[in-house]
Order: sequence, then C-alpha cells, then structure tokens
Amino acid sequence: MSKDYSLEKRKYVIAAFICVIVVIYVVRLFNLQVKDDKYKINADSNAFLRRTVYPARGLIYDRNGELVVFNQPAYDVMLVPKDVVDFDTTAFCRTLGITREQLREKWAEMKDPRRNPGYSSYTPQKLIAHLSQEDYGRLQEKLYLFPGFFIQKRTIRQYNRLAAANVLGNIREVSVSDLERDSYYRRGDYTGDLGIEKSYETYLRGVKGEEILMKDALGRIKGKYEDGKFDVSPRSGHNLKLSIDIDLQEYGERLMTGKIGAIVAIEPETGEILALVTSPTYDPTLLIGRERGKNYAELVQNPYKPLFDRALQAAYPPGSTFKPSQALIFLQEGIITTGTSFPCARGYNNRGLHVGCHGHASPITVKPALQTSCNAYFCWGLKNMIDKVGTKPSGQLTKWKDYLVEMGYGYKLGIDLPSESRGFIPNADYYSKAYKGSWSGNTIISISIGQGEVLATPLQIANLCATIANRGWFYTPHVVKEIEDTVLPQTYRTKHTPHIDRRYYDIVAEGMRMAVTGGTCRAANLPGLEVCGKTGTAQNPHGRDHSAFIGFAPYKNPKIAVAVYVENAGYGAAFGVPIGSLMIEKYLNGKIAPERKHVEENMLNSNTIIYSGVKKH
Amino acid sequence: MESRSISQQPSVFRTLDWFTLILYLLLVAGGVVSIYAASYDFDGASMFDFTEFSGKQTMWIGLSLILGLVILLIDYRVYETYAYPIYGAVVLLLIATIFLAPNIKGSHSWLVLGPVSLQPAEFGKFATALALARLFSSYNFSLNAKISNYFRALTIIFLPIALILLQRETGSALVYISLIFVLYREGMPGIVLLSILCAIAWFVITVKYAAPPLIMGITLGQFIVFTAVMVLFVVMLLIYCRNFIVGRNVALGFAGSGLLVWLLSLIGVNVPGMAYFLVALGGAVVYVAIMMLHLRISKYLVSIGFVVASVLFMFSVNYVFNNVLGNHQQMRIKVTLGIEDNLRGAGYNVNQSKIAIGSGGLTGKGFLNGTQTKLKYVPEQHTDFIFCTVGEEEGFVGTVTVLALFLLLILRLIHIAERQHSIFGRVYAYCVVSYLIFHLCINVGMVIGLCPVIGIPLPFFSYGGSALWGFTILLFILLRIDAARKINRD
Repeated sequence: MSKDYSLEKRKYVIAAFICVIVVIYVVRLFNLQVKDDKYKINADSNAFLRRTVYPARGLIYDRNGELVVFNQPAYDVMLVPKDVVDFDTTAFCRTLGITREQLREKWAEMKDPRRNPGYSSYTPQKLIAHLSQEDYGRLQEKLYLFPGFFIQKRTIRQYNRLAAANVLGNIREVSVSDLERDSYYRRGDYTGDLGIEKSYETYLRGVKGEEILMKDALGRIKGKYEDGKFDVSPRSGHNLKLSIDIDLQEYGERLMTGKIGAIVAIEPETGEILALVTSPTYDPTLLIGRERGKNYAELVQNPYKPLFDRALQAAYPPGSTFKPSQALIFLQEGIITTGTSFPCARGYNNRGLHVGCHGHASPITVKPALQTSCNAYFCWGLKNMIDKVGTKPSGQLTKWKDYLVEMGYGYKLGIDLPSESRGFIPNADYYSKAYKGSWSGNTIISISIGQGEVLATPLQIANLCATIANRGWFYTPHVVKEIEDTVLPQTYRTKHTPHIDRRYYDIVAEGMRMAVTGGTCRAANLPGLEVCGKTGTAQNPHGRDHSAFIGFAPYKNPKIAVAVYVENAGYGAAFGVPIGSLMIEKYLNGKIAPERKHVEENMLNSNTIIYSGVKKH
Repeated sequence: MESRSISQQPSVFRTLDWFTLILYLLLVAGGVVSIYAASYDFDGASMFDFTEFSGKQTMWIGLSLILGLVILLIDYRVYETYAYPIYGAVVLLLIATIFLAPNIKGSHSWLVLGPVSLQPAEFGKFATALALARLFSSYNFSLNAKISNYFRALTIIFLPIALILLQRETGSALVYISLIFVLYREGMPGIVLLSILCAIAWFVITVKYAAPPLIMGITLGQFIVFTAVMVLFVVMLLIYCRNFIVGRNVALGFAGSGLLVWLLSLIGVNVPGMAYFLVALGGAVVYVAIMMLHLRISKYLVSIGFVVASVLFMFSVNYVFNNVLGNHQQMRIKVTLGIEDNLRGAGYNVNQSKIAIGSGGLTGKGFLNGTQTKLKYVPEQHTDFIFCTVGEEEGFVGTVTVLALFLLLILRLIHIAERQHSIFGRVYAYCVVSYLIFHLCINVGMVIGLCPVIGIPLPFFSYGGSALWGFTILLFILLRIDAARKINRD
C-alpha cells in the first residue's frame, strides 16, 4: 500500500483542531461553572423558592376606548410537596372552612399524573384555587404553621359591560392537552377559552416572571434574595382594542332578546366588525370564579345553545339577501345588462317548473328586480348562465362558484375568532353526484334566490353587504382593531377584490337604494341617512320562514353595513328590516328618532322563539 | 471463503481495539445515567422501567450491543464490496422518508413503524462514509488528479444533505459538511479547508455580534474578525510561507500600531476602528506584496488573497444581511444563531441550559439532585440538551470528564485511521472522526451558548434509538475493519 507521508502529517492539524475546540469549551465551562457567580443562586435549591410571578393579562377596550374586560385578584393555595412536613390538617381545614374529605380529594387530584401531568415534588403545585378575600386573610396569618405552603396571587377576569360574551370569550384553567401542546403552561395556569380570549391568547397572556425567595430550614419564606436582583419581572400581556362598539353591541343584543338569530355590523372601509350579536347569548360573568364549571355545564345543556355563536357558526339559507351577488355575477358574465328584462308571471315558469313570486310589473330589468326582490328575474339569469349555448353546465357552475368564493362564501372568511363555519356553496361535482351527471339550470334553479343547497353564515352575508358598500372590495372582517405595541396580522390588512367591475356594483347599490325608497325595505327609509337594503325571507325545514336583511348607509361613502338574521320570524320586512334599520340609525345618529320609538319598542318586546321551538343545528 | 472466515472468527476479538470499545461503553453508560437523571422525578420509577426514557434507552443499548456483535461477526470485506449498494438503499430510504414521514414539529424525518419511530437520516452517516471510502479506494484514485474526482466525492456527500434538507431536518443535514475534513486529509489543499472554516466563522461572528456596544466605532463582530485576520495572517507568514523575518515584521507592525491606538485612546484621542484596521491590514498587505516581488513565491499571494477575501467577505455579509434580506429573514437567521432572545424559542433553551450548567458549580449538585432539570426548564433535556444534566449534577468535574472521554475517543480514532493499511479503512475512519468532531463541537457548543442552536444529539449520550444505532453501526464497522487489518499483518 502506498502512503503519502506529507499528507499523513495532516492528522496533526485535525487533532489540533479538536483539541483547540475542547480547550475553548473547557475554558467556557470553567467560566460558567466555577468562576461566574451568576448562576450559583440556583445551586442550593433548599434555600431558595422560585416563585412564578404572573403577568397581568391584557385589558380589552371597545373601539371608543371604553374598558370592557379587566382583571381582579384571586388567591390560590400552593405548595412544594417535598417541603411539606406533617402538618395539622384539622387546623388547616378549619382555617379554610373545608372538610378533611375535601382536602384529601384535592390532594389526590394534585398528585394524580393523569389530571396533573406536570406534577413534580420539586415544583410549586396548586392545591386549592380561588380563595375568597376572607379565607385568604385567615390563611395568610397562619401560614407559618404550614411549611411548604404559600399563597399565589392570580388574576381572573371581570367585566364592565354584560355584553359581547360571544366575542370576548373567557378564561379557564389549562387542560391536559394544553399542557402537552404548549410548554408555556404549568398546571393551574389560565388560558383563553372561546372568543378573542382564545384567538388572541398569545398576545393577551404576556410572559411569566419569576421571583427568588429565601427560605429558612423550616421552609418559611424569609424575603427576597439579594433584594430581587435576580428576579425576572413578568411582561404584561398586550391590551386589545376591539373594533366592536360596545354600546351598539349591547343595543343589538337587547333588540334580539326573545329571538333566535344574529346581527353582524361591519365598517365597510376597514372590515372592522362594529357589532357581532348572537341570540340567545349569556352573561360573561357566569364563566368566572369557582362556579365556572357548573355554569358552563348548564350553558352547554341549554336547548337554545347560547354558546353557539350564530353570527359565525350557523349556516343559514341566505334567501333573497343572496340576490345582489347573483346580479353582480350575471352582469360580469354578460348574461344581463341594465337593459335586459325577463318576464315574471307571478313567478318563473319554464318547462313545467314554477318558482313563485309576488305581484309587480312585468317584464322587469335588474334594478327593479332588486327593488321588488323578483324571484323570476334571478331564476332566468341563472338559467341563462348555466344553460348558455356553447358551454357546459359544469363549467358555468364552476365560474359561478368561483365568483362566490371570491366574495367570501363557501369557505371560512378567516375572522379572528375560533370556530367559524364555512357555509356551503355547491360545486359541479356535488350536483354530478346528486343527479348522476344529468342536471341543468332548471335542476338547480333555487340557488339563484339563496335557497336550495346554498348556506351562508350571517358574517358572510354581512361581508357581501360590506363589499357592495365599498363598490367592489373588502377586508377580512375582524373584531380586534388594535393590538397594543404591535400590529394586526397581515390577513386583516390585505384588501380582497373579487373579479367584478366596479360599475356593476354601482348598479346593484342603486337597486338596493330603490328597495329602500320604494321597494321591500321601505321601513328602513331613514330621513337623511340614505339607507340601501335588501330583504330576505328564507324558507327552511324548521318551520316558519327566517327573516333576513342586509343594508348599508349612507348610499355614498357608507359607514356601516349590517346583516340581520332572525330565525322563524317570517318576512324579511317583519323583523330583519326594522332591526337592521334601528342598528344603522343607532350607530350613525347615536339615538333613535322619536317618531321611530314605536318601532324600537315593538322590536324590544316581541318574541319569536315561540315559533322556533327547540331546534338542532 | 467460508473456511477462512470461520478460522478468522476467534481472532476478531483478540485483535479488537478494546480501548475504543471501553470508551464506547463508558459513554453509553454515562448517557443512560444522565437520561435517568434528566427525566427523574421524586416519586419516579427505576432506571430500567421501560416506560421511562432511561429504561427505553437501556433497551436501545442492549439492541445496539447485539447489533455491534453481529457487525463484528460479518466478514470485513462485505462492507467494502457492498458499500455502493448500501449507500443506494439508504438514499432510497431517505427519499421515501420525505413522502412517508408524518409532520412532527415541522420536520418530516421520522418513519413511524407501529410503536417505534426511526430517523433514517441517522443511518445515512455510515452509508455515506462507506460510499466515500469506496470511492477513494477505487484503483488509482487520487483526489487531485482531476477536478471530476472532487465532483464525484462531493456528489456522494451532498446527495444525503439535499434529501435530509427536504425532510426539514437542517441539523442532521449539516453534519455531512464535516466530511470536508476527510477531503482535506486525502489531499484537498489546506487553504480550502481554512477558507471554509473561516467563512463560517466570519459569518457567524459578524452576524452574531452586530449589535452595540461598539468598540472603536465598529461592531464587536467586525473587531473580532479584523483581529483574527491579523493573527491568521501572521501565522500564515510564519508557518505556511516559512518566512520568519517578514512574519515578525508584520506581527511587530500590528502589535505596535495596536499599542499606539490604545495609548491614544487613554489620552482621549479615539482612532476610528474601521480606518485603523483597514490601514494596518492594507499596509501589511502592501509590505508583503513588495517582499513577494523579491521572493516570487506564490504562497505569499495566497496569504494576501486570504486577507483581502476575508475583509471583503465580512463587508458583504454585513451588506447582504442588512440591505438585501428582509426583516423576517434576518430574524430567522438571528434566531437560528441564537442571537435574538426569543423567549419562546431557541434563546430560551440556551439561556435555561446555561443556568442549569452554571448552577452545577465545581462538583455539581450530586446525582438526581439537579433542580433545573427537574423543573423542566430545559425542554429537550434528555435529547439534545443532555449535556446540561451532566453539568448541573456532576459539575465542572463531570463536564470535563465527558469532554475528555470524547477527546480521547476522537484522538484514538485518528490513531486507528492512520494505522490502516487500506485507503478504504483510513477514509472510513476519518469519516467517523469527522462526524464525531462535528456532533461534539455543535452539540456542546450550543448547550454552553457558543454555537448556533442546531438540533443534533450528543453521540452515545442523548436519548434516542436511531441516533444510538446510527453511531453504533458507524463505530463497530470501523472496529471490524480495524480488527481485520491486524489479521492481514499476522
């Protein structure tokens, strides 16, 4: 074997390289471990107690700066198991007013690795949560009797206004799965549940700090080590400013009392949600403190499902509120122009198919069709689009669906709240399966008037209204306007523009204006506000028709777009229009005009739940 | 053939390098003990409870020993003969892994087979080493004979890198870069190795120490790089060019001007650092260039080129980092380098691991008495951050012992490598040496906060069956080849 001896010397270079590195590391370790005092404070764990200092959770304000959610102190009994010596359990129980059984139960719960996977005898563990102020005082006095025990001050939520529970959400103790998912949490920590408390958890919770306390041989705390020189102070969570106008929200909730449904009000220019009402709703203070578990179970079992946020989780047939989207698609596709008219002989009649309509002039063009909510017009439009000569129904339906998806239908819009529903927009595959490949415009005609397979959330319906108000674009609706010290996620700052020309929006907006001045929404004709609107009356398998309305105002430069959906309340003009117009008036004028007080009274006092019975969603 | 291998069998154990084997056993035993301590709880189970990490690791070690025994019993020529097929099979496995592996914390590198998860990237190491050794041992192969030989060697190295990067397992992929040491040992010009090591060092230092405080008006990173370039320039003149007089003059020039600048700063005259370093280095370069005209030795050109390239490289790193990369990309690199104190991410781990190690003191808190690790402050304490537990419980004595064991092992393997008669054996051994150097440097460096956080295990120590198996196979194949070397001679 030949050997290149000049190369063999290179072994010294390689050996020297690793030797130098190891020497550098040994020097570094010497500095870290022997020379540097900085880390020594941890060396004797018996003399020190590292106590977590919880940051203040971010506060929540409404869009006008009114404080909505704040923190209040609560006290937890904590202990470090290995420091606990035999103690007088009777005295302990007497101090806190609990029985020995309860204490034993709490103790077992703390040590159970399934319920408390983070259990370790070395770390502080929570024994009892939420002491009352008096219990806290009594225990604090006698704490010297119980080595290893200490009291941890925590904060729980408190609410200034009893509204917007669905938006705000609440906080709860972390579950086993939370502990496994995110190493930030320790047992007994709180985390957001539902609403923005959940979706903005990482902003709201802040960063935990730590203080190092000295203990004597009996485990009693003797004060801070080196006057807190090595403490890490907690970083408070970011405060949030909601886009919600809490007055408008509360007003909407009052209007919806005794009704099932939702109101969504959006500021079109920004996509900020002004009010997100679901009904029935609940008092957010039910979900704080010791009673949380019991109250939560009751809310879950409530047959009207107050925890179900109908504004974004319920998928309803949009009914005639869907027609503006159809007009836009037909105009963009060249199926109709402003001059195109279709006949309406009390409805749509074609090849033995009949879709009913009500009395108005015939034939009719697109603006009056929106004004009078003519079913036949939109049926003809869809039929002409799907059965257009030289195209296939599946291709045409795909185009139709793509426009709607661009407008925010069929998929989650991406609101900054958990558990949004996506609604449903059928595609060609869906119908090919349902009708075994043979279908045409007539087969699916009811989707043109927002019936049939089409389902949308009130949020999506409101988003269409905001898009029309903007004449062609929208921001993803969101409930948080500002996060203190940082910026909103990019998704809420990105403009979405469906591929439909602005001039067609002008036509649809004019039709919606006509519906208010002399059509189906005359009750929304507020002097000086130039409201535009569209009613909806949605047939459904659950009994009476659902009453719906979309509207925006003012006609030029709109400031608010609103969607109202009331289950089993009949015609759109019966509940949708009055509630929607009251919301618009309240927001734009700040008050309800005296001559409209009777409308307000009427809405506040009427009950439509009686028509609904108990339903499943 | 058969009768020969039977007659060889008893001698395998007689000629085995027991020294290496004992080091191996010490390291894996230390690993189990540390893993047990890292996941130990006050009411915890025994070290050999199979539901605990330490129990599972014991099982992995048992299986590894069986695996090692099997490797020792196989004819050593098998590894050379089947080097390419083994490499091919592992490459296919790596490709399959990209598509079959589920997403675990963003990486697609774990194949889940029922209750066991395997990380094929760990088995790429020995296969690549075999293939590289096979290439170098082919008839009349010389790395510097033609440029295509470099191409062939680099292809063998970079194929697994690319595949493992596609699995989003950056750390494991970077390990293969260490094979540059093998190329160096087999004839690659030393200046190439120096350039690569310096480029990495300059980049990390420039980016890592780019924040204030400033020294002489330049960043600490620039200051360190400038100073290092000065030192290396002198070293190159002295050792590489073997010109004592020129080296001494340049060294004196640097030292004198540095002293002057320091003295001036004492009386309140602050010389701008950028100007000083550029003038000092520029002057030295011009001086050496003039000397070079007299002496006409191209080695001076290389040295000058090194200085100029280093300075230009440093400036371009600064420029690219600040002006070309977006904020988001800058942040990604900074977090990867452990610069940004991202409390939730890499920075958090490093800080906590420094506290844990630092709290160990000279002799440590004693076995199972570590509190930092018990408090679960260090998230990857039984895998990538296992060195922490050693530092906390066994103290400085423990960490130095572990480092010494690794150093001994690496030096022993270099010795073994050089005593091989076959090129195959030597190249393979240097591959093993390279991997171990890289793992040791990066893993320990990361835990003590000197290196970027790159998630790779400490060989033989960290929890994990795949890594342990990978290293066991790597080492035992070497032991087998080495044992055969003696048989041939006898």
